[in-house]
Amino acid sequence: MSQVLDTPPPTRAPADGDLAALAARHGLSVSGARPSLPQYVRQLWARRHFISAFATAKLTAQYSQAKLGQVWQVMTPLLNAAVYYFIFGVLLGTKQNVADYVPFLVTGIFVWTFTQSSIMAGTRAISGNLGLVRALHFPRAALPISFALQQLQQLLFSMCALAVILLCFGVPVAASWLLAVPALVLQFTFNAGVSMIMARLGAKTPDIAQLMPFVLRTWMYVSGVMWSIDKIAEHDDLPRLVTVLLQINPAAVYIDLMRFALIDSFQAHQLPPHVWAAAVGWALLAGVGGFIYFWKAEETYGRG
Amino acid sequence: MAEHTTEKVPTVVADRVDIVYRVNGTGAGRGSATAALNRILRRGQAEKAAGVRRVHAVKKVSFVAYKGEAIGLIGTNGSGKSTLLKAVAGLLPVESGHIHTDGQPSLLGVNAALMNDLTGERNVYLGGLAMGMSREQIKERYQDIVDFSGINEKGDFITLPMRTYSSGMAARLRFSIAAAKDHDVLLIDEALATGDRSFQRRSEERIRELRKRAGTVFLVSHNNKSIRDTCERVLWLERGELRMDGPTEEVMKEYEAFTGERKPAAKA
Repeated sequence: MSQVLDTPPPTRAPADGDLAALAARHGLSVSGARPSLPQYVRQLWARRHFISAFATAKLTAQYSQAKLGQVWQVMTPLLNAAVYYFIFGVLLGTKQNVADYVPFLVTGIFVWTFTQSSIMAGTRAISGNLGLVRALHFPRAALPISFALQQLQQLLFSMCALAVILLCFGVPVAASWLLAVPALVLQFTFNAGVSMIMARLGAKTPDIAQLMPFVLRTWMYVSGVMWSIDKIAEHDDLPRLVTVLLQINPAAVYIDLMRFALIDSFQAHQLPPHVWAAAVGWALLAGVGGFIYFWKAEETYGRG
Repeated sequence: MAEHTTEKVPTVVADRVDIVYRVNGTGAGRGSATAALNRILRRGQAEKAAGVRRVHAVKKVSFVAYKGEAIGLIGTNGSGKSTLLKAVAGLLPVESGHIHTDGQPSLLGVNAALMNDLTGERNVYLGGLAMGMSREQIKERYQDIVDFSGINEKGDFITLPMRTYSSGMAARLRFSIAAAKDHDVLLIDEALATGDRSFQRRSEERIRELRKRAGTVFLVSHNNKSIRDTCERVLWLERGELRMDGPTEEVMKEYEAFTGERKPAAKA
């Protein structure tokens, strides 16, 4: 049906400022404006149940079509660990230098996977959920935080598998296992913060999601997932700066903290210097910085 | 049409609103690699040269909506109805002008928050939480939502994953979840077209109910009958411009004459 349209009759244009005054008189607010930071935090807190429900739903939906169902939550990390053990432990023989190599390796992989998947999911948190962002109102930070929470839940499944592996390889249960809790809290804060930074970048330039796997793989290889950083640090031929950078690397900090907590043969002298200070510092820097950085662009998500 | 009497409380004030879309990858090269590169390199230059096209979707639209009103939005395809709704909901930026609202207008729709692999039951909770309801509120209304959707009329379907639902069943559940919350300003985009006849009738009732709870309802629809049944005021958009704003019958008459589908005294 083609319609030829005359110029529509001009609508009765109200006098300038008339409508704005009417809106102001009745206390209406401008639609789609960014809330202040304290307001934003309150809104986010009000949606905490949504954040946890969304994370759990995503996690459950993941394997709902599989025959084995939720068994894959534990199977996937175990298979992952087996592959790395085969390559780095058996074929390359990295294990000669490290005591309790299998627990050492598996702990490293699980803790690293937590950071890696959080950042990957965070990069797509906005750009991959545009439908949700364009249909409903909620503080957008709920999405990257929810994805980080999903990965934390995933990690808790992996930790159950890890506990079994540790016991199988004769690592004794110790009071130091409790240190895993603060380490995880700090790592979660760090991951959520980085996720929010990546979510903003990924929302503006979705191409970043294509780039991230390479960045993350490089990061993994320098983080001492398969090898021990303190062995490298003993070498005198490395420049001092490189050693410091390797040790201050947040991924390495969280991985070594977890190893220290869980594996009795991983001694305190193997930890990077000032490890707890570094762990707290990274968590605060990424957590607070990432949150503010994400909030600064709140009103722009899902547009254009 | 906006009478400024003291009793009427405005809920949405649109003040000379312009909305412009920018579309990447048009013009020379049509989204080819060289055009993309060109766009990145010449970012600071004129948008047209960089292959960005501007679509002026809504032009200088002003209106005032009051508490308790149900307003229909009509117009031929591509006239800017849905765009205007999104802007009122605060989901699209306005190029110039302002939209003032009372509270947070919400677009009726939770589709995006729901997950096909989860059961209907879990989706009711997820959708409710996504809309900002508390767990207690959802628990309270859970039975109403399920009864209203009529999902369980043919057996215990609510405990099955949503991917097993027929498209009509899924649409009914989505509408039921979305309509469970009391909204200050509710925006509905063609939602009434879903479901069978009896469900459509219930949806219309539900919208009237929502209106009674002191909200304002906007309804975009191509179904002239459902506009007549639910709205008493109609905004007619054509090519992004507000062509008419007035009582339903008045505007509909003009609109039907315009689209040439006017059948005298035809009551379906």
